[in-house]
Amino acid sequence: MTRAGGFASTVVKLSRTLGNALVSENVARQPGLMQSLDPRVRVIGALSLVLAVTLSHKLLAIFSVFVAAALLALLSRVSAGLLTTRVWLPVLLFTGVIAFPALFVTPGATVLAISSAGFRITAQGLHSAALLICRVETAATLTALLVLATPWMHILKALRWFRLPQEVVMMLAMTHRYVFLLAETAGQMFESRQSRTVGVLDRATQRRVTARTAGVLLSKSIELSGEVFLAMQSRGFRGDARVLVDFRLRARDYLGLAAFLSLAILSVWMGRV
Amino acid sequence: MHIPDGYLSPSTCAVLYGGAGVGWYAELRRVKRTLSARMVPLIAVFAAFSFLVMMFNLPLPGGTTGHALGVTIAAIVLGPSGAIMALSIAIAIQSLFFGDGGITALGANCFNMAVAGSLVAYFVYRLLAVGATITSRRRVVAAAIAGYLAVNVSALMAAIEFGIQPILFHDATGAPLYAPYSLRIAVPAMMIGHLAIAGIAEALITAGLVGYLQVADSALLQSTSGLTVEPRAWKPASSGSLRRLWTTVALLLLLTPLGILAAGKAWGEWAAADFSRTDRRAHIASSSLNQPPPVAPPSGMQRLAGIWTAPIPAYAPPVVKSASFGYLLSAMFGVGLVLALSLTLQKLLTRRSASGTLQ
Repeated sequence: MTRAGGFASTVVKLSRTLGNALVSENVARQPGLMQSLDPRVRVIGALSLVLAVTLSHKLLAIFSVFVAAALLALLSRVSAGLLTTRVWLPVLLFTGVIAFPALFVTPGATVLAISSAGFRITAQGLHSAALLICRVETAATLTALLVLATPWMHILKALRWFRLPQEVVMMLAMTHRYVFLLAETAGQMFESRQSRTVGVLDRATQRRVTARTAGVLLSKSIELSGEVFLAMQSRGFRGDARVLVDFRLRARDYLGLAAFLSLAILSVWMGRV
Repeated sequence: MHIPDGYLSPSTCAVLYGGAGVGWYAELRRVKRTLSARMVPLIAVFAAFSFLVMMFNLPLPGGTTGHALGVTIAAIVLGPSGAIMALSIAIAIQSLFFGDGGITALGANCFNMAVAGSLVAYFVYRLLAVGATITSRRRVVAAAIAGYLAVNVSALMAAIEFGIQPILFHDATGAPLYAPYSLRIAVPAMMIGHLAIAGIAEALITAGLVGYLQVADSALLQSTSGLTVEPRAWKPASSGSLRRLWTTVALLLLLTPLGILAAGKAWGEWAAADFSRTDRRAHIASSSLNQPPPVAPPSGMQRLAGIWTAPIPAYAPPVVKSASFGYLLSAMFGVGLVLALSLTLQKLLTRRSASGTLQ
């Protein structure tokens, strides 16, 4: 049992969230291939490729998209180190743990038998686990690439252009903004509690403190929503949100869109059963 | 429980997008109908709160830690439709911005956690807390059970979605194309963790939150409590209690002639003429510790006695021969006079209060 128990790990999680967001903003500002494209093209491109790898049933087809995504990331100033720590390694660990037993429990032709332990790895299990890991890694890389290379407000503008209801776009924008504000508030609450804690807190007390902190955060959230509403009213909000869409498609964007869609179609065609 | 891309087939994702879409459509229509402006920031900020609650590490009994989903407190405070939208927004942000949960699986995640979770949480809470006061301990227990069931139902939905993948989607050799485990493995594998950890975390944090709100901000629990707000200010009596009051007054009026059965006069209510009458003097003396009254009435009493002559002296109207009937008429006249004066005073005070409020 630590001095303040789970508070420290919660503070670390909250700080990491804020840190990750700052990294995303920095990458999105740098010049790169993905950043040079119209946000709508980036959204369409990433989503079409994610859909394509989901539709694709062949390992080679999915792996081709993964390689293309990794190349695009490098050309967009998204470092391999960043992708490894934020995407590839966590996904490999998470999905790997899930996929690993499939090697043994999936019925099929035996590839390797571990007679001493009574286990046998099947070809079907191997294929299924590889397909799952490769597909999840590729989809996660594409999503991360889109988010890292595109400011959140541009993604929302693009979604609005795709006729996503304006209320939803407004909620997404507000939630994104207040996640960071409330994360900072929650982090400070936990830190201040930790700094005032002398000795060891038992687990029941930790639970009580965590629940109360969540309660205070809830009250603050509701209060904040009232203030936001008043601010909206004071600015003349009448329930009609206007999003400035000043995106313009250039030749480079059409070329990028064609490349994304071609790769997606090719992947689905290559990956058909 | 956040399903990443690649675990579910596109057709499963499409069906679950449709399922979640029903909830989104209903809530968006409500938002547009009822208001919009106030609901948008409320749902957005609540979504941010739910997002953060998922990051709170909660030490659980047994030495492990878990984190809540935040769906139950959203359903209790916002109601089911508001919770569906708030959780969906939180899940979308997690998926799009933080890579927690897939984009193609967004519909599935929203269906499992936001739609199914909110509905289970709301209805279980309402069912178990029916009739309980806002500060009742039963609400805390109901919130905990609702949280536990909501998380486990959501996990069960995800487990079923995983479990049907190898049955429906496999290649010619039988190799699963998406999530590789059948229901026989997927359901227990998912449920053990949620029954033992995640469900308990949701139950504990929701119970703690409801307990906190009962003390600190009980108004937030009011909207889904099923209780009507009792105004604390004075309210007019109901017709039943007014009827009882009038019956009592009427009965007392009918009994007023009993007053004339009492002999003599109340101590100190003597008239100047009583001091010259022998029988009254004896009564005054007996009721005054046998102290004989003065021979003549006090001069002050004598002087002031004639200033005012009552219209109905001694509760006996001059025109009425019967003493009992006269007493009754006097009582009715008195009660009527008191009521008229009271109503006039009430009207005057109400008017003054209203004009004061306007200013």
